Amino acid sequence: MGRKHPKPKLAVWKFASCDGCQLSILDCEDELLDIAGAVEIAYFPEATRAVVKGPYDISLVEGSVTTPHDAERIHKIRRASTVLITIGACATTGGIQALRNFTEVADYVRAVYPTPQYIETLSKSTPITDHVFVDFELRGCPINKLLLLELISAYLNGRKPVVPEYALCLECKRLGNTCVMVAHGAPCMGPVTQAGCGALCPSYNRPCYGCFGPKRTPNTGSLAEWWRHHRDMSEEELVRAFRGFNAWSEAFRRASEAHEQTTMK
Amino acid sequence: MADASDSQSNPPVDPAPSGPDGERKLLRLPDLDRLIGLLRARGFRVIGPTVRDATIMLGDIESAAQLPSGWAERVEAGFYRVERRDDAACFAHRTSPESAKRHLFPPAQKLWRADGSEDHPQPVVEDRSTAPRLAFLGLHACDLAAIAVQDKVFMGGAYVDHVYATHRRGALIIAVQCTSSAPTCFCDSMGTGPHLDGGCDLGMTELIEGGEPVYVVHTGSEEGAQLLAGLAPPPASHAQVVAAEQLVAEAAAHQKRRMQTEGIKDLFYQNYENPRWEEVARRCLTCANCTMVCPTCFCANIEDGTDLSGRLAERRRRWDSCYTLDFSYIHGGSVRYSPMSRYRQWLTHKLATWIDQFGTSGCVGCGRCIVWCPVGIDLTEEVAALRMSARAS
Repeated sequence: MGRKHPKPKLAVWKFASCDGCQLSILDCEDELLDIAGAVEIAYFPEATRAVVKGPYDISLVEGSVTTPHDAERIHKIRRASTVLITIGACATTGGIQALRNFTEVADYVRAVYPTPQYIETLSKSTPITDHVFVDFELRGCPINKLLLLELISAYLNGRKPVVPEYALCLECKRLGNTCVMVAHGAPCMGPVTQAGCGALCPSYNRPCYGCFGPKRTPNTGSLAEWWRHHRDMSEEELVRAFRGFNAWSEAFRRASEAHEQTTMK
Repeated sequence: MADASDSQSNPPVDPAPSGPDGERKLLRLPDLDRLIGLLRARGFRVIGPTVRDATIMLGDIESAAQLPSGWAERVEAGFYRVERRDDAACFAHRTSPESAKRHLFPPAQKLWRADGSEDHPQPVVEDRSTAPRLAFLGLHACDLAAIAVQDKVFMGGAYVDHVYATHRRGALIIAVQCTSSAPTCFCDSMGTGPHLDGGCDLGMTELIEGGEPVYVVHTGSEEGAQLLAGLAPPPASHAQVVAAEQLVAEAAAHQKRRMQTEGIKDLFYQNYENPRWEEVARRCLTCANCTMVCPTCFCANIEDGTDLSGRLAERRRRWDSCYTLDFSYIHGGSVRYSPMSRYRQWLTHKLATWIDQFGTSGCVGCGRCIVWCPVGIDLTEEVAALRMSARAS
């Protein structure tokens, strides 16, 4: 068995982000040698200064697009890549920095920088998929390294990756956790959030705060309605619940904007 | 079950002893501790109720001290809190999110693995024959009804599920009759409880005498009788036997929720397009919690995995749910894309098509799906609304 063709070339790119998802790759520790054995790590400045020229078979892209320069750069990366996978909340939905999208970014630039004219930035933080075609989006803030390994294994072996798109609740209940929303009254985002993290927060009796972004067909309206009536959550609190690491995902953005409009009435 | 004969509805109060040994015995809490010790000495893994994370869960029990003595729960639709009782009752809980399902049909199972570096790779099936026998302590009548349903699903046809069958055939069950009902219970109207009607090795009814629990015990099998004999218990008094049955009858009488099961198949088959489905879909989160806590829901997904090298492959089975889009994914997309179609699928299968498929309802009236729905959707309310709406149209 085993593959006879040369090892696929892997590149890891950084855009506006905290580097946490790239660190998740280095976090693989025990599996890191297996990864290096299965693919050629051709471009990964976070890990090594050695650079192998493109094109690349797999590009992992971390971070969101926030500058005109990056909006150009992502196209070059796309052209140099056979498969482009975005990793993490920034790259897939714009990240926490997409909170700027709900405000005037010029105000912040004036408030923060002594010489604002040096700052060239876009008015919005946007996901990679707004700019180029993306083959697969891996969610999470940060990503789950086990899902990244699964994704690379699936790619190398020509099979479909087993990455869930359903609600966190399935993962949580399979683990045998109690429901922190029903049993503790915690405002858990699990029912509208995509699984994949391994139900980290509920396993420690903490409510999910949605760092994997919305599941498919999320019913944010019903969840918010329940919180409003049974937890006395205010409209401001509801805005904040949906305006986290995936604030600019379509489902959470619509939800937070709806509650924001209610507060303005 | 819903469409079964009248014999499964609760029989009248009957103080006459039943079971092979013909006489009811009395156990006290120290006896339960000895019973647990006896089971463990015989190699059983004892599973019983215990407080974990402010919830009465089913877990591994090593002594009676781990039982939820003095704890019960307050529940409503979408609401659960553990609370202190003013007595030392150990089996006052009604609606744990856990059931025997987790242990008989584990949420994640490796089915086989194969090593491609060998000359002729063969799938290696995990050996379950050496797993310890399970002894369930404190299951309720609805739990036993749920096991009977899953027996039909996994062992009733030509293809027996070996994972379930291995755990099930070795299982020993010490059940408890409910002496009170939660507001979400409706086993009485489903004909599945709270009176125990076979299906267990030992059956107990908890009485509180001077703040301390005592147990009126009857035997349901030869193995149960042997176990009980090992404890050399005294007989229960006639007054205790009568009191126990009286409490169970009251528990049935006090149930607030009911499911009207008459003609329920036709109700569903004639109401695929009822507007009520859209109404409930506006509230349904399609989060799958109801199917996770349901003691009869049996859907699972088969997943194939490899390691990075591609030499090791394995096939896994994990609990899945009809609420996920992947569940009905076929070439081109998901058959049940709308949340409305997914809720309708679950409830129609549970209460109607299940009867065609397995000869029994898929619902045992435990009310878990009502309590553990994060937004408190109540299937008894949905069925009643469907009836109202069907009558009006």
